[in-house]
Amino acid sequence: MVHSFLIHTVCPVSALSAAESRVLYSRVFGAGEGLELRPDERRLLHTEKLLAVARQVRSAVALSRDASGRVLVETVPGEEVVALQEADSGVLRLRAGEPFPGEMSVLWLGVQSLGFTLVCEPHENLLLAEGTLRNLTRHCLEHLHMLGPGSEVLLRSDRIDVLLSRLLPHGQLLFLNHRFAQSLEKEVAAYMAK
Amino acid sequence: MYSHGSESLIKQAREIQESELQKFYSRLVKQLHGREFGHETIDSLQRLHLILSATKYTRTLPPELQKKLLSLLLSSSVEQLQALSSAVLRETLPLSGQELNYNQDANSSLNSHTAALLLSQTGSRSDLSSFCAQLLRSLDSRSPEGPAHSVLHTLPILNTILSHSPDCLTEDHVTLVSKKLVDWLRYASTQQGGGTSSGGFFTGPRSRQPGPIAELDGTVSGDFFTVLCVGQGFTEDQWMNVYSFSMLRHWLLTYHTVSNGNTTVDTANRLQLSLSLSHSHSHSNDDRSEVDGSVVSVVSATSSSSRLLPPKERLREKAFQYCQRLIEQSDRKAHKRTDTDLQKACLVEAVCILDSVCVEDASLVFKAFPCVKGLYGRLSSDLSFARVLLPIAQFYLNHGEMAAVDCECVWKLVFGRFPAELFSDAFLAHELLRFLRLNLATLQLRVPQYTRSFPNLLKFLAWDSPAVVDDFVDLLPSLVTAGTAVELLHSLLDLPCLSATLVLQLRSTYFPIAEPGGRGLLSLEAFRSPTYRGLFLFLLRGEAGSGDTIDRLSTLHQLLAEASDWPRVIQCAQTVPVLLHIYFNTVVTVADEKLLAHLISVLLERSSLLLNIPKYVKEIHRVFSCHLLRLCKLRPSLVVDQSHELLEFAGTTANVYSKEEIFTHVVWVLGEYLSVSCDSRCSVALITSCFEALEAVLFEVTSSAPPSGEARPAPRVITSLMSALAKLASRSHDLIPRVSLFLSKLRTVTRGGSVPWCSNEEDLVAIVTRGEELWSLLKAPSVAQSVLTPPPHVNTPQWHRDTNVAMPLRLRALTSLTHAN
Repeated sequence: MVHSFLIHTVCPVSALSAAESRVLYSRVFGAGEGLELRPDERRLLHTEKLLAVARQVRSAVALSRDASGRVLVETVPGEEVVALQEADSGVLRLRAGEPFPGEMSVLWLGVQSLGFTLVCEPHENLLLAEGTLRNLTRHCLEHLHMLGPGSEVLLRSDRIDVLLSRLLPHGQLLFLNHRFAQSLEKEVAAYMAK
Repeated sequence: MYSHGSESLIKQAREIQESELQKFYSRLVKQLHGREFGHETIDSLQRLHLILSATKYTRTLPPELQKKLLSLLLSSSVEQLQALSSAVLRETLPLSGQELNYNQDANSSLNSHTAALLLSQTGSRSDLSSFCAQLLRSLDSRSPEGPAHSVLHTLPILNTILSHSPDCLTEDHVTLVSKKLVDWLRYASTQQGGGTSSGGFFTGPRSRQPGPIAELDGTVSGDFFTVLCVGQGFTEDQWMNVYSFSMLRHWLLTYHTVSNGNTTVDTANRLQLSLSLSHSHSHSNDDRSEVDGSVVSVVSATSSSSRLLPPKERLREKAFQYCQRLIEQSDRKAHKRTDTDLQKACLVEAVCILDSVCVEDASLVFKAFPCVKGLYGRLSSDLSFARVLLPIAQFYLNHGEMAAVDCECVWKLVFGRFPAELFSDAFLAHELLRFLRLNLATLQLRVPQYTRSFPNLLKFLAWDSPAVVDDFVDLLPSLVTAGTAVELLHSLLDLPCLSATLVLQLRSTYFPIAEPGGRGLLSLEAFRSPTYRGLFLFLLRGEAGSGDTIDRLSTLHQLLAEASDWPRVIQCAQTVPVLLHIYFNTVVTVADEKLLAHLISVLLERSSLLLNIPKYVKEIHRVFSCHLLRLCKLRPSLVVDQSHELLEFAGTTANVYSKEEIFTHVVWVLGEYLSVSCDSRCSVALITSCFEALEAVLFEVTSSAPPSGEARPAPRVITSLMSALAKLASRSHDLIPRVSLFLSKLRTVTRGGSVPWCSNEEDLVAIVTRGEELWSLLKAPSVAQSVLTPPPHVNTPQWHRDTNVAMPLRLRALTSLTHAN
């Protein structure tokens, strides 16, 4: 199962210190974690944990870009496919307790100044997860015009919710061949057209 | 792109005034009173979500608004409103009694967004359990003509609950779901669904019969439906097939964790199970010849006996068949690239499922092996399937012994070609290292290649240190053996060189002749030159055992000098100290005296043979110093063993300046442990020669200015030299006058004020004070010996442990002190 999905910054943000990351969208799947806590405590705990993940991914992206020495190619809206091809990607291991109770594998894609991150249970099929993350990222970039300067990721987050409900329902990775994917994409496109 | 606009939106959302917020809430309540919701309402809900989600603190909505949102979620048929109200409510505190509402309405409208809210806000296990029970009822009682998609998300929800709170499911639930999974996996419709057919003007009777499903290569499918089948549209049971397979592995792995409240059911099941075991045995024997032979028909050849199996075993059997079919289907040439990727992912999943099924029921191993073996044969030469080959390796590791299959070729791939050729694949690295971590005990026991392959495995670390260092922290101890220790130490120290060499290796494959732009790298030319081929080939070796290190290391370091500021190399260098600590902590547990002695000489030798990254060298010296001390403390006789090397090191004045840290520690170790009480072989001659070597260095350092280009020696170096001399002299009294003479001279010289070897006055005073203390101590040789070389019981006092023993001991100590004075 996928534990959570988040979109966050991997570039310097003026209001934050250098290593920090701004989480723009986050979604935790699953239930029953931290049942012993009050609901508001549980929410705070989730937020803090995801922030910790975002920070780690931010460093991972920076280190990976540094090491590869590649020059970032600027892309504009309409070039989502190129942006995705140029994206840096990688995977991190989070030890048990750092910060989730069990070990997790974190898959990330760095597209320009944005990070798209999937926190998975470690035994998950990472090939499938990788494909799903790319697919999700492409849809987010396209439907929320994320290569442009707008703020739709903040104001149209219901679009991401709907994308997730189709492509990653309740954190379940799906084996979708192109026909199944097409039929879901039709539904998604119909939603976005409204 | 992340814009200033977004940042200021977040700021506004966080800093919104309470009065403004209340106004916003009441405006929204008014909007929600209407029956039709316009663009404005949607916009307000989106803003509300931003306001709630932008802050860490949970805001509470007015109860009226919250109730409105809840009823909107449950009653609206517009998905956007469902999604938004669910998202908003997820960010707030649940209303008390909220669950009640769900239960009332849930049967009619449990959409995916409602379920998401329910899952995120369940307050207790009992809530989850009743939710589960309800979901399962809907799964069981649903008429086949029900609305599509309504039951689709039931499986992921159950899977989620199973992974987080398995105790919310009962054995009966598991049985029911297992039965359902069998139906969906094995008996989904093999005709295309008409759901998405576009209709059109000429829609004739043909479109109502869209025909059979097809394989990915376009041929008509001759067998049951799987996720690798395509059609114009899909029926609901085909969708359920996809969802079922997607959750199958997790289900098979975890359904055991469901605790059983009803024991009678359990025993009944077990009885059935034991009865059926004999059944499945004979069944598998019957099938075996078929599996080896024919291709398609095998899988679908369902034996009538399987209907008698209990649900879990039956699911296992169907899962087995499904995976076999997927493996066959993956051999077909897909038209779309995404489908080719999906085939790979399916292969991974199929092999993992076969593995877990075989772990549960060993009798299936013989049935599964031909299939997995065939797959291995098909893929092993193509490294683009490396990530599929890893689960296959897991299968071989788990079941190879039982099936008496030779696994040698698998290990050649996993420990040979994978790291050597795919070191730059981050995902493969992650999965391979995880594979090693999970199977460490078995690998150490059964696969001797594992430890020998460390030069290859280290390539993952050299290439992408930050991402995999954590794995190596866990793996490194298993690689340290008496046989590998020395070579491993050299390899770790040369890890930054390996990192640079891998960069060069990749570059020279990308640009076989010369790089465009003309500004070639000297190191790249060296890498290509036959003169230095051997050096680089040694670094790139795949297995240990061809020698601990090479003679021309310094040449190699010179060739790679320009790599010392490459980010990848620096990142790699930063991980080495951490790993060295782990290495040394482990090596003391596996090494004998002789090996430890060897390691000390390696430490001293390598302290001046490192890739020249100033920070790196400094860090490594620090680690060396720390562990030199610990090694000698652990086995003091090592100092006598290695006295020749240690003396040579300490007698070289240049080391005072270039390796201050290690030098200080070597001097301390010599002074402390070169004593008969540590090793009876320690002769007067040895003490004297050590004394003379140190004396010469101290004299040289304190009689002149440092050589040009070098900083002044640290005061710590001088005081430790003085202390070491005093200690040695206290053990061989003939030497006392020589120390005293030196110390008195030192006092005279420094009276004049400044000296060329020490610029700080405070430091100088401290040095002189130490000198005076030692001098006066040496005036009473017996006292000097007991202070400078205290007997072990004074060094490790255990007086506090027992009050009765402590008192007399303390008294005795005090008496001896008064007597001495």
